[in-house]
Amino acid sequence: MSNRYIDPAPYDPDSEASTPARPDLDAPNWLLIWRKFRRHKLGLASGLFLLVSYLMMPFAGFIAPYSPNEIHRDHLYAAPQLVRLFHKGEFIGPFVYPEKATADLVNFKWDYTTDYENPAKLSFFCSGSKHRFLGLFETDKHLFCAPEGATVFLWGADRLGRDVFSRIFYGGQLSLTVGLIGITVSFILGITIGGISGYFGGVIDWFTQRVIEVLRSIPELPLWLALSAAVPSDWSPVAVFFIISVILGLLDWPGLARAVRSKFLSLREEEFVRAAEMMGAKPSRIIRKHLLPNFSSHLIASAMLSIPAMILGETALSFLGLGLRAPAVSWGVMLNDAQNLASIEIYPWTAIPMLPVIFVVLAFNFLGDAMRDSLDPYSYD
Amino acid sequence: MPIIRFAVFRFLSMLGTLVVVSALVFFIMNLPPGDYLSNLISELRATGQESGIAKVEFLRHEYALDQPLWKQYLIWMGFYPGPHGFSGIVQGDFGWSFEFDKPVAEIVGDALWMTVLVNVAAILFVYMVALPLGVLAAAKSKTWVDYTSAFVGYLGLATPNFLLALILFYYGHKYFNLPIGGLMAPEYEGEPMSMGKVNSILLHLIIPTFVIGTSGAAAMMQRLRANLLDELSKPYVDTARAKGVPPVRAILKYPLRVAFNPFVADIGNLLPSLISGSVLVSVVLGLQTIGPALLTALKSQDQFLAGFILLFVAALTLIGTMVSDVLLMLLDPRIRYGGRDR
Repeated sequence: MSNRYIDPAPYDPDSEASTPARPDLDAPNWLLIWRKFRRHKLGLASGLFLLVSYLMMPFAGFIAPYSPNEIHRDHLYAAPQLVRLFHKGEFIGPFVYPEKATADLVNFKWDYTTDYENPAKLSFFCSGSKHRFLGLFETDKHLFCAPEGATVFLWGADRLGRDVFSRIFYGGQLSLTVGLIGITVSFILGITIGGISGYFGGVIDWFTQRVIEVLRSIPELPLWLALSAAVPSDWSPVAVFFIISVILGLLDWPGLARAVRSKFLSLREEEFVRAAEMMGAKPSRIIRKHLLPNFSSHLIASAMLSIPAMILGETALSFLGLGLRAPAVSWGVMLNDAQNLASIEIYPWTAIPMLPVIFVVLAFNFLGDAMRDSLDPYSYD
Repeated sequence: MPIIRFAVFRFLSMLGTLVVVSALVFFIMNLPPGDYLSNLISELRATGQESGIAKVEFLRHEYALDQPLWKQYLIWMGFYPGPHGFSGIVQGDFGWSFEFDKPVAEIVGDALWMTVLVNVAAILFVYMVALPLGVLAAAKSKTWVDYTSAFVGYLGLATPNFLLALILFYYGHKYFNLPIGGLMAPEYEGEPMSMGKVNSILLHLIIPTFVIGTSGAAAMMQRLRANLLDELSKPYVDTARAKGVPPVRAILKYPLRVAFNPFVADIGNLLPSLISGSVLVSVVLGLQTIGPALLTALKSQDQFLAGFILLFVAALTLIGTMVSDVLLMLLDPRIRYGGRDR
């Protein structure tokens, strides 16, 4: 008769699980990524900046004191006005000094004299030109505006006396959306074509690889130019905007397709794909449910890095007059006015729209870099 | 000699790609409804100049624009006899520009060489800037040298090319008295080559080269820095340092050679964007390259001119890529493109 030992204590299923060496790593994937991402201060700041920029888009009409195509005939090329708080040493709240234009017929330019005697106090939540708030209802409320008889051009006015500040906000609506639409087109094409090419291989793969090589070997800008020149001139601005975004995306997919393909080639040999195939899953299901989630985070990072190329592309096309057309307002359309040396020299504020372009492009680059670094949460440097 | 076999193979495959590209270009050129001549005809009709129509109809036939599209393509390329027998791109007849009413060859002429010149200068600039700065950034990584170069690089990447061009132009003229506009002083235009002309061209090239090359140089520098850093963390570098190899030599002797490959290979990826940039910058700065001609041609649907320029630009890229591939093969004996021996 053998002597069996029986533990009197109740069985605790957790006792056999080894405690992880790094308990802080025992967290869901997104939390790990977030922890690592948080350490990239520049990436974090860029992300916040972009978030704010995109969130401001629907409120452009409210923030901007004027509507984008409002012409002030008496203030052509008006210089930026400073918002001041103290009038003759006395605090009277935010105000501007009104400007009066006189034509300088010798040099053919406008001279502005500032009236330092009558400060024009800014009013807030005031009534101005009509705009659609959030695209839902019409209103005439603006965040701030100048009193009757004065103007507030924070960043100056352009050749038709339109407020640069207001136009930058309205222009952002189009310039920032172009990248999003373009990247959507590029994503759909890239993932579908790259996925099919990588999953099936063989003749299909060979063929798509050749197509990708050809497309990647042609300079983008001349092709963009040629394609946008083909857009009929009688289309509405909205249609032109959409087709330009699609054109920008149309030439961007090869890089993405190539990345997707090489990932597919390595992943399709994995056991979990075999298992899914054995269970009778269709290719489309395997691609969508088993393969794509495996590297979706990488795709997002690479999207972040290709959006700026499209924003710059739109700017370049509009600058050359082949992209968006007036009355549509985008940063590129605005820069079209700053095309010559004279405006850079005499009216440097017409080139202000390049600042948001630079900031947004930089922010996307930093954000993309930070995301790429933090996507593999288990690697520590 | 495997290298010659490879070069020949690479050349043939480039020709193949070029044919495909030409078809693509032709297709895009014909995307907009109508063409230059049919637009002209409807304009003449609208203004009641019936007499002009016969001439335009004659031109339409002359340039085979009344043929089906696939035939037009073959005639344009010179693969199929047109109204005047075989005369297309392959035979050296680049077609007729309706907008300027001159043969395409006459319009582009010198501009072709100027385009090549500007782009070669830009590539040289990329190498000359990216190589020392990249090595420096890697050797002094995480110091102010590294951060400054990264910052300048990012700024170059983010600033739209054409604006950088305008701003540099303005300040270059103001402070360094650099010439404005064009690729040479006006008095040398159409003159034969001379020392003065070469000088003038070089002086005019400074700003365009800088503008076109900056973003490429930035990308290249980051790449070289990353590769070199990878290499510098390997044990053999530690060994070299430990036995007293001077720091400069410890970087230049082996690590740089290994990190150098992508440097050559990357030019293939860089070329399309460089050439794109050169087209844009040429338009803004009024350089006598094919950029401005392309823009006018595209705006007025001058299909033969635009088609030829697009094809030329693509050919330039493809040839550059091919050269970089062959160079890479010469440079790195480990690279073999063929199948593996079993």
